[in-house]
Amino acid sequence: MAMTNSSSLAATQAKHWYWQRISAMVLALCVLLHLGVIIYAVRSGLSAAAILGRTHGSLLFGGFYVIFVLACAVHVPIGLGRIAEEWLGCSTRAAQIGARLFGLLILLMGLRAVYGVVLA
Amino acid sequence: MSDVLDVKVWRGTVEGSFSTYRVPRQASQTVLDVVTYIQRVLDPSLSYRFACRVGMCGSCAMTVNGIARWTCRTHVAKVAKGDALEIAPLSNLPVIKDLATDMSEFFDKWARAQGQFKGKLTRHDDFAQVEPASKARVAASAGIECIGCGVCYASCDVVAWRPEFLGPAALNRAWTLVNDERDVATAERLRAVAGDAGCHSCHTQGSCSERCPKQIEPTAGIAGLKRMVAKAAVRGTL
Repeated sequence: MAMTNSSSLAATQAKHWYWQRISAMVLALCVLLHLGVIIYAVRSGLSAAAILGRTHGSLLFGGFYVIFVLACAVHVPIGLGRIAEEWLGCSTRAAQIGARLFGLLILLMGLRAVYGVVLA
Repeated sequence: MSDVLDVKVWRGTVEGSFSTYRVPRQASQTVLDVVTYIQRVLDPSLSYRFACRVGMCGSCAMTVNGIARWTCRTHVAKVAKGDALEIAPLSNLPVIKDLATDMSEFFDKWARAQGQFKGKLTRHDDFAQVEPASKARVAASAGIECIGCGVCYASCDVVAWRPEFLGPAALNRAWTLVNDERDVATAERLRAVAGDAGCHSCHTQGSCSERCPKQIEPTAGIAGLKRMVAKAAVRGTL
């Protein structure tokens, strides 16, 4: 039983580690593209109409930012859970629950924002 | 530079204070020479630990001017601030008395990291043939010169934050064994070094690699363990 517990805990940590790595790789690309979009966007106007003119109905724009939001929602909670455990002294369970709720919040807010500028 | 060193030495256990001693300065003097002079000439009640004096046994590590070092191979001229030296016991370990720490937990963690070699050959089998230039053997050879001095353990912030963390030396030991093709306990070992107490807690700050007197890089070994554990998790063998 002890072996099963330690084994499943080890597997969970290993999964956290590679999801953190994979999402970091995705984020590295997304952040670069996002910076490019910012530089491009400020050159041609930042009014609501100009922004919506570029984004509304754009599958490419929507798809890219959905991936960005998903990568954030995976990456951020894993790191926050660690910080909560090590710096705030939370138990592993409390840290994971708190971090997952925060991840869910990021996911909902991010997807809502993408929906707002692409589809609404 | 004057002819005399002002040496502050920790006296006591967890509770205690620094006492100051004046020690004659000499050419090529090591920090261990200084501590030995104090104990033999100035204050015989000073407790400290050493054995080989030549950087092999790993028993004389102390905190010298705030940094963990092997004192027998550390020249005073290299670390003294002017004429001042401050010598304290290693961090992250319970102090028994003065400069001697209790290293049981440090070595118990090697055992917890499955640091024992487990082979399958007996004395009736022929010698194992290991290709010296193979990737695994090169990785193992890079880590096997550890003398167990505890400098990495005392320098690690994660050990301070998470007392159950196995620490750089124990994980380095595990890394050398998972790269030893004669060893048969890789699965149990990976299970032992994964998770909160193991490699996944390392923040890759690299203090252990920076301060290891044998120039071992536990940080690289711990990163290797993370990759190996991830592969085992994907294959379902963890």
